[in-house]
Amino acid sequence: MIAELGLAALWLATALAFLQIAAGVLGLRGDAHSARFAVYARPAAVVQAFLAVLSFFLLLYAFAVTDLSIKLVATNSHSMKPFIYKLTGTWGNHEGSMLLWVGVLALSGGLLAGMEKRLPEKTMSATLAVQGFVALGFYAFLLLSSNPFERLPVPAAEGTGLNPLLQDIGLAVHPPTLYVGYVGLSVAFSLAMGALITRQVNPDFAKVMRPWVLFAWVFLTLGITAGSYWAYYELGWGGWWFWDPVENASLMPWLAATALLHSVSVLAARDALRTWTIMLGVLAFSMSMLGTFLVRSGVLTSVHAFAVDPERGTFILVLLALYIGGSLAIFAVRAGSIAEGKRFTFTSREGALVFNNVMLSAILAIVLLGTLYPLLTEAFDVRVSVGPPYFNPAGAIFAIPMFIVMAIGPLLRWKDDKPKRIQFELCLLAAIAIAVVSLVAILGDYAILPLLGLALAIALGVAAFLPLRGRKLSRVPTAVWGMVMAHFGVAVALFGMASESAFTQERLAAVSPGSTEQLGDWTLTLEGVEPIAGPNWTAIEARVLAARGNEDPIVLTPQARDFWAPAQATSESALITRWDGQLYAVIGEQTEDGRWQLRVWWKPFVTFIWYGGLLISLGGVLSIVGRVRLDLKRRSAVRKGNQRREDQAKITGKVQVEPAE
Amino acid sequence: MIRAFLIFLFAAIAMPSAAQDTLPPAPYAYKQLDDPDLEAKASDLMDTLRCLKCQSQSINDSDAPMAGDMRHQVRSRILAGEEPDAIRAWLIERYGNYVSYQPEVSASTWPLFAIPALLVLIAALILLRRLGKRRQEERA
Repeated sequence: MIAELGLAALWLATALAFLQIAAGVLGLRGDAHSARFAVYARPAAVVQAFLAVLSFFLLLYAFAVTDLSIKLVATNSHSMKPFIYKLTGTWGNHEGSMLLWVGVLALSGGLLAGMEKRLPEKTMSATLAVQGFVALGFYAFLLLSSNPFERLPVPAAEGTGLNPLLQDIGLAVHPPTLYVGYVGLSVAFSLAMGALITRQVNPDFAKVMRPWVLFAWVFLTLGITAGSYWAYYELGWGGWWFWDPVENASLMPWLAATALLHSVSVLAARDALRTWTIMLGVLAFSMSMLGTFLVRSGVLTSVHAFAVDPERGTFILVLLALYIGGSLAIFAVRAGSIAEGKRFTFTSREGALVFNNVMLSAILAIVLLGTLYPLLTEAFDVRVSVGPPYFNPAGAIFAIPMFIVMAIGPLLRWKDDKPKRIQFELCLLAAIAIAVVSLVAILGDYAILPLLGLALAIALGVAAFLPLRGRKLSRVPTAVWGMVMAHFGVAVALFGMASESAFTQERLAAVSPGSTEQLGDWTLTLEGVEPIAGPNWTAIEARVLAARGNEDPIVLTPQARDFWAPAQATSESALITRWDGQLYAVIGEQTEDGRWQLRVWWKPFVTFIWYGGLLISLGGVLSIVGRVRLDLKRRSAVRKGNQRREDQAKITGKVQVEPAE
Repeated sequence: MIRAFLIFLFAAIAMPSAAQDTLPPAPYAYKQLDDPDLEAKASDLMDTLRCLKCQSQSINDSDAPMAGDMRHQVRSRILAGEEPDAIRAWLIERYGNYVSYQPEVSASTWPLFAIPALLVLIAALILLRRLGKRRQEERA
């Protein structure tokens, strides 16, 4: 019954998407007759959000009670699995995660329809029509090619289980956060299209769009940060980013959203960069959809496997072509009619933002190229690999100028500025960077990119706070604090990345119980290795005593787990976190002579990567809070002003009326 | 003569099974080189070689047996004094370009290098058009 309800809710939501499109399109015509029908667009979106979210919760319930008559539950769950992983298993598979995707899409459409009252009615109608059109495509995808509620003819006796790598609390947080970000960008896309269709690309529109972009961007940042940390401790090889296509699929929308965020701010504040903002709005959501295609079509596992069973992949590909092609076509038709907006010089804050938007777009292009190129050649039976040795230097070509301009840009004034005005700051930052480079170069022999990364990170960390110089801190707007925080977060993350790749120490040894190994100033003693059992796995667990210098030793318990449903071995790392880094230990196999493979890393400041990510998100949150508060204040001021004028009119009206009596 | 041949034959037959029974197949699969400089060299190289049996993992990060064999190959060749580039070339010759995460300029990979160069040009052009023109107009 539950499954049928869920499916019915999805079909109803699809029908409402049709209604939303029709009402939105009629709203564009603007005559009184159409207007009577156009009012249904908003309720259609809101009810649709309710239905799609309901459908997702019904699937969640089916997973919670392990309803083995549903095919999806039977193939992805197991009755013996811990309860929390039964729940998170809902989105640990193709159909479930697409339902989550669609649920979030409908929810953001519903929120937009329910909450956004500032836009002109026509622009809102166009926006809702576009949002409905996007939703319709993905409902169709779900219902026609990936039905999550399909029943089995005969209920299974037991489920097949969930991939052990996904049985981790990281999975509980990472995909939903990322999806909110991915799909939140659909609102930015619809708003951009709505404004483009009704020719309303102006600062008022940008002010409406900005919180949505910020909101999606905060979640994307959090999702990528969480995903990176999850891969770091769960995959058991101590890496936090491998330029893997799945990782890149989440990075590309983030790069586009970051550029969009800055562009929309310029449009809101200065009425410049109109076409840029629209273009980036299209690009950001296109990258979200491309990411979904890459991850969900199976094209990454093998291009040939994809070619053999192309149903789902082709479906998403058609949707991609339809939405990206359609929006670009509208853009091409309408771009000419949008005036370019206010002018500015190269040495102005807008100039710096344009520069960095171009840099971000170029980095995006590099990531896109490096991700798609191997897939392209594989189709012609030429297999190449593109990895860190390609992405790092190629990305750095654009990232290094970007970081430099990022340090200086916020110090410049809008419209036009003289570099001479900020020459003290420029000299200070250059001195810091040069000092760091020479200091590190004296200390040891390190690769050029980590070295530059360290120098830029420290200079950027100082530069992030310079916009506050000479200002009264109690009067600095919340949104400016948000910018300072986010830019400082970038510096912190960059410092962590550079430090990790420059200073990591590794020790790999076969050790027998009782023997001691040395790594940097850490002493590691293997106490013993014991077998243990969990709810759905068995493991060998090593007890390692780790002591730094003369400190008391801490017990580390890395495990090598063998899951039995489905059968798979995983390596559970054990970590000690200090303010200046992390000790990371994994246990390997037993050698022939009875010793154990122990692999340990000391990674200085590696945690800064994720602290930085959190700071960046926090900056985004502060910025949203600041903007929304300002907006509410302004709205209440306008309301009070109107009230007063009305009252005055009444009074003066009465005064005027009185003499006539 | 015949005896010598028989001994040789016997040895040839016996050796593989003996190797399988007693010797660990690849001593350097899970053992670092003693010289830290050589180990760093080997480690840098192993980080950029693909484990052919895994999905998106370098041989340095993989527990697959084949990755272990390859690590052993890399470490023993580094120990023998071979340069990392030569080892990479040898592996590419054996397994194809797919094994190396560091694409080399070749007939099948040139766009990977041409396009970023083109991007630099495009970025410069966009910036000149959007920002350079402004300055002139402002001055005029």
